[in-house]
Amino acid sequence: MRILVTVKHVPDLQSQRSFTEGRVTRSGDDGTMNELDENAVEAALQLVEAAGEGEVYALTVGGPDAVAAVRKALQLGVHHAIHVSDEAIADSDVFGTATVIAAAVRKVHEEAPLDLVITGMAALDGLTSMLPTALAAELDWSQATLASALSVADGEVTIERHLPDAHETLVAPLPAVVSVTDEANKPRYPNFKLIMAARKAPVAQWSLADLGVDASAVGKAGARTVVVDASPRPAKENRVKITDTGDAGTQLADFLIEKGLA
Amino acid sequence: MTTVAVLVDHRDGAVTRPSLEALTLARTLGTPVAVWLGSAPAADAAALLGEYGATEVRVVDAADARVASRAAAALGAASADADVVLVISTFVTKEIATRLALATGAGVVVDAAGAELVDGKVETFQTVFAATWDVRTRIESDKAIVGIRPNTTIAAPAEAAGAATVVDVEVELPATRERITHVEAVEQGEGVPLAEAPVVVSGGRGTGGDYALVTELAELLGGAVGASRDATDEGWISHEHMVGQTGTTVTPALYVAAGISGAVHHRGGMQASGTIVCINMDPEAPIFEISDFGVVGSLFDVIPQAVARIKEHRGA
Ligand SMILES: Cc1cc2nc3c(=O)[nH]c(=O)nc-3n(C[C@H](O)[C@H](O)[C@H](O)COP(=O)(O)OP(=O)(O)OC[C@H]3O[C@@H](n4cnc5c(N)ncnc54)[C@H](O)[C@@H]3O)c2cc1C
Ligand SMILES: Nc1ncnc2c1ncn2[C@@H]1O[C@H](COP(=O)(O)O)[C@@H](O)[C@H]1O
Repeated sequence: MRILVTVKHVPDLQSQRSFTEGRVTRSGDDGTMNELDENAVEAALQLVEAAGEGEVYALTVGGPDAVAAVRKALQLGVHHAIHVSDEAIADSDVFGTATVIAAAVRKVHEEAPLDLVITGMAALDGLTSMLPTALAAELDWSQATLASALSVADGEVTIERHLPDAHETLVAPLPAVVSVTDEANKPRYPNFKLIMAARKAPVAQWSLADLGVDASAVGKAGARTVVVDASPRPAKENRVKITDTGDAGTQLADFLIEKGLA
Repeated sequence: MTTVAVLVDHRDGAVTRPSLEALTLARTLGTPVAVWLGSAPAADAAALLGEYGATEVRVVDAADARVASRAAAALGAASADADVVLVISTFVTKEIATRLALATGAGVVVDAAGAELVDGKVETFQTVFAATWDVRTRIESDKAIVGIRPNTTIAAPAEAAGAATVVDVEVELPATRERITHVEAVEQGEGVPLAEAPVVVSGGRGTGGDYALVTELAELLGGAVGASRDATDEGWISHEHMVGQTGTTVTPALYVAAGISGAVHHRGGMQASGTIVCINMDPEAPIFEISDFGVVGSLFDVIPQAVARIKEHRGA
């Protein structure tokens, strides 16, 4: 069983962050591996453990800091780490990112065939959830997204997906791109041994040239959308906070009535 | 002339409110045409789409468009001449939008709270980073696909509405490698679905599993019941009620959080709501930071009193 997991480096949502010229400014260490990608790593490790053989690759595409995302994946137990970085990638839209990730997946797949690419359900910075579909289309592999459970047998992956209108079971032939939700599993914690080993583990550094991707197809040049303005939402004004001394329910109701909401 | 195709969301043959919101938005961008996937709409559904400005209802009677690539092919065939394609942003339509964009070269923005034409290009507004930032994005490509969030436009019938012509679109959908082997319909509760509700009353761990008060207040206000992840994990209420980054994103006019601490994951799914009210015993709970009206107290005291006062007011 050979699986590649995509992990994104995102700003830590608990910390302050900012935009500069339409791009997210990521200062040194306020970035982390996208929390939902821990579920993707966990799913891959569990499948390999269940198969009793196999390898897991973690791949990130991003600036120099993004290496932190694959280091985190190494701490969790993946076997190989790849960091694709190139100045030309900055400001890529989802299609540019998918082009780069697909090229890296093909490179690994050509060395020895992969069975699965597993992604998180969404990157918590923008929450678009578009990359898994774009990647499956780009690779021309089958697609099994939003898995809350998955299993592999007889050259096929079977997933359960909970959509608002229905619960589905979907079967897709391998190789496939699977995205997993946070319901799929409970990510493990890194142990001390793995944390130490992750520090020294090699991380393959690939550029666009290594992948044979034309710079004009990605980055700002290839982007179909551009951020033209970004600003923090102003804090709420006139906030009211009361402590219940017996009539808070009435006050709350009066607030709603006055606002025309009740 | 800009043609704007709107992918109609319909349930049991009825047009949903977000579809009417999307048609209302579409009229500000150009001439709306409605795209209907599934067996042809009944006359009243088609008439309603016409009232909201659709000049045509293009029907793709495609059997099994549950797989994104097939739905995208169906939508693509019905919107080939459109400069803008609007869908209601959900996990499913985001996948359809992505496939359609790859097939047509269109640029996509999903989860938009609005869109307008600026110098002939579509610009959208969204909130990102757990709804702490506002972003404006321009779609540079000739064709634009926008996933619009429910409750971000006020639906209004067109002033000069004509009857929409129903047109059948023939399309050969691509074969897919994926097979859906089992579909179990989720029972839709009474009332408005969470994502579309103008009012959401959510209960968290602080309810201790008792949703009677939360439900009573929600019903009184004409809203839907939401929940935190801890509450759905406990099995107190079904997963479909979960509000948050990995659950449903809601932007109602009023959001009430009862017994919810306001973790970043939860806030990301509700912070862009109009008015936010919270009831929490812990004055330090982060939910107070984003609430217009916060009560430090127990929901078991506060909700019954609020309900009584609203009823008294309405009776008066
Ligand atoms: C990857 C990931 C994704 C997640 N996605 C989501 C998501 O989409 N949505 C989501 O909600 N969570 C999500 N979570 C979980 C989230 O981090 C929080 O754990 C969760 O939101 C907490 O739920 P809660 O507020 O109900 O519980 P708690 O944090 O335990 O808060 C309960 C609150 O109730 C108050 N309380 C107790 N009794 C009363 C009373 N009688 N009256 C009034 N107040 C009372 C307490 O003071 C407390 O503030 C996610 C977590 C992870 C790791
Ligand atoms: N730059 C990236 N590098 C690696 N993985 C990514 C990147 N962008 C997105 N992904 C993966 O795609 C998933 C969905 O992201 P998104 O579509 O951006 O919400 C994430 O959970 C990641 O697994």
